[in-house]
Amino acid sequence: MSPFRYFAPRDLVEACELLGGEDAVPLAGGTDLLVALRHREVRPGRVVDLKQVTEIGDQISIEERHVSIGARVVMSRLVASEIVRDDFPALASAASVVGSVQIRNRATLAGNLCNASPAADTATPLLAYSARVIISDGAEERGVPLEEFFTGPGSTVLRRGEVVTSVELPLPEGRSGSAFARVTRRRGVDLASVNLACFVDDSGRARFGLGAVGPTPLAAESTVDQLTTDDGMQRLLDVASPISDVRAGADYRRAMLRIHARRALQAAIEGLG
Amino acid sequence: MSQESIIDVTINHARRTVSAPPSMTLLEMLRSRLGLTGTKECCAEGECGACTVIMDGDPVNSCLVLAVETEGSVVTTIEGVGNNGMTYLQESFLDAGAVQCGFCIPGMVVAATALLERTPEPSANEVRDALSGNLCRCGGYDRICDAVLRATSGARHDA
Repeated sequence: MSPFRYFAPRDLVEACELLGGEDAVPLAGGTDLLVALRHREVRPGRVVDLKQVTEIGDQISIEERHVSIGARVVMSRLVASEIVRDDFPALASAASVVGSVQIRNRATLAGNLCNASPAADTATPLLAYSARVIISDGAEERGVPLEEFFTGPGSTVLRRGEVVTSVELPLPEGRSGSAFARVTRRRGVDLASVNLACFVDDSGRARFGLGAVGPTPLAAESTVDQLTTDDGMQRLLDVASPISDVRAGADYRRAMLRIHARRALQAAIEGLG
Repeated sequence: MSQESIIDVTINHARRTVSAPPSMTLLEMLRSRLGLTGTKECCAEGECGACTVIMDGDPVNSCLVLAVETEGSVVTTIEGVGNNGMTYLQESFLDAGAVQCGFCIPGMVVAATALLERTPEPSANEVRDALSGNLCRCGGYDRICDAVLRATSGARHDA
């Protein structure tokens, strides 16, 4: 990789200042960044390691109305978290299939979002759960609904000098159910050809996150009643615009999306208990 | 720009002070600065697991960690597994005939060591999941899984 300077700031203001420079890139788990550095797809002058920043948490905490996941929390932590497994099981499922054991021990949830892959596994349950991304520029904080966070493949609303500090998931108020589904070419380490998550609550609302079927992970919402018909399901899935690539053809993606959206909805309804 | 950083890190139970440029990976530091060539470089992008080491208790791909990120960490490489001769797990790899060309084996042994530390009696599926980030081009997966299952505490008790 090309030479760069390395910084490991301890406070948020310093981190955001360092990231304000044009040639600076943030480093969290590094599982995407180091590959890009190696292929010289990025040639930063400085790499700003966010893992020492005290304001960026490595905890999963229950607040009054939501659960807060610090931006340093790695995938294996999510999988092991009782809070996540109990209240957000589709997120635990998605986190458990990202990369390999070795990747999951380094890769962060926030990094998966900031990398903004259209196929990001954890983005789909977070969209289904109406997650918000908390962003700071060192002075001020703003919260962005995840469906407004992605702007295209590999791009987000993050401005230069801003970092994600946490991800917030609203705690379901009544009974709820959710499920994650994923189509890959092989069972082990692979990127998704299609991935999706479904969340239903006892008011009959059904909310989906759909991955690898558009330029960004997509949110779609309807009601359980509407989705009982093929037409209703088709209207929900019209938001998808899959392309053909090395992992799957567009038609195959569309077909898998229909089948797995239906199955995930069924599983989520069963999870209502 | 190419200035070196000084890194204090514990490697295989010994405190080390290593000099490395910021763009050097942990894998490169182990092999070229410390002569620990048991950790193998293969894909160098986190796909194959040949470079697996245990960092602060967790198996990670050393090709995806910058050397400077290990400041203050505790790292165990294949050389640190079985400091006093071979471990029971390593003996099991021999007994099961799990080694063909051998290139993936250090990564396999390190990943399996991390698994057995956390889960002393894994099921066959847990072994397969734990090793799914380690590729073997010889295709010796069944024997490798056998080897790990032979080394579980239950199997040792039966032996």
